[in-house]
Amino acid sequence: MPHIKLPEGFAGISSGFVYRPETAKPMRELAHVLLHEPSTLTPAERELIATYVSTQNDCYFCQTSHASAAAAHLANDWGLVEQVKHNYERAPVSEKLKALLTIAGKVQQGGKHVTSEDVAKAREQGATDLEIHDTVLIAAAFCMFNRYVDGLATWQPEDPEMYAKMGQHLATEGYLAPSIKA
Amino acid sequence: MAHIQLPEGLPGIRGAMAFRPATARPLNDLVEILLHAPNSLTPAERELIATYVSSENDCYYCQTIHGAVAAASLNGDEALVKQVKHDFHNAAISEKLKTLLVIAGKVQRGGKHVTTEDVTAALAQGATDIEIHDTVLIAAAFCMFNRYVDGLATIQPRDEAMYRERGKWIARDGYVNVSKEYLPAEVAR
Repeated sequence: MPHIKLPEGFAGISSGFVYRPETAKPMRELAHVLLHEPSTLTPAERELIATYVSTQNDCYFCQTSHASAAAAHLANDWGLVEQVKHNYERAPVSEKLKALLTIAGKVQQGGKHVTSEDVAKAREQGATDLEIHDTVLIAAAFCMFNRYVDGLATWQPEDPEMYAKMGQHLATEGYLAPSIKA
Repeated sequence: MAHIQLPEGLPGIRGAMAFRPATARPLNDLVEILLHAPNSLTPAERELIATYVSSENDCYYCQTIHGAVAAASLNGDEALVKQVKHDFHNAAISEKLKTLLVIAGKVQRGGKHVTTEDVTAALAQGATDIEIHDTVLIAAAFCMFNRYVDGLATIQPRDEAMYRERGKWIARDGYVNVSKEYLPAEVAR
């Protein structure tokens, strides 16, 4: 049961968003810019970063919904998404994305863990300053989203169909409008 | 030196925000609502929560600037701010704020650390659901802001007077207004 009385029938972060629309708006806008708006990182790459950080933070709702969004961008390649979550070093993703996932993993542990060497490595693989910035901010933002969702003990149903639908909606429409109802 | 080329002369989060105005806007909107907009928690209480979490995350820039905003909202009582950072259980603050700081500290370690007992203790001291919600979100948001500021290795000058002055300015005008100083006009609105 959630720690406070959240609107019933809304899963995960949606319940917090419906409860407090004033804070929902900038949080949705932030996710939309970081994950959905045009960027030199593909939406799949950005969703994989969000999924990886949410997995490291052990947030079921976030890792499942963003894994679904990533899979939707990757023609339903769930195998790849699972591999990135559990062992990205050996996943068939670009060396650049691996270097960015290393940075994201360091940010998840704490900002000071990111070293000049981590950043140099990403640059060697062609990452730009903006891509490194966005990787750091995506990882940091999911340290917020994950804590918000779990810190309120939101309802997080285990319903693969719901997450698949949500992932499809997030992949096509982005984050500004609600993706799921009761 | 910062990990990426950020605009010069803008310490801490300001350099990062000027580098990427598209994300700066929602970030400023969020902090404005959480810390500055009218709320049944005072601005000082909310800034103390932000300061405490930033201190637990060891982010110099964030704990110093939000400590300064808190002090500005407390008639310059910097000693109280220090005590909340280092030992809030024995600080001269309400029992309600102490229970909210306990929740914030749990969120800082990870959302799942917050227990039903923590929340019950806050409710027993008169905290409302929305105050508990906002405490969780302030703590969560500062786990983002702190990582953003340190993850880019932004410049964080050890200049207490600078933070004290900005703290007064932010306490008076709020985050969105102050951001107009370093964001393009069309973004800062």
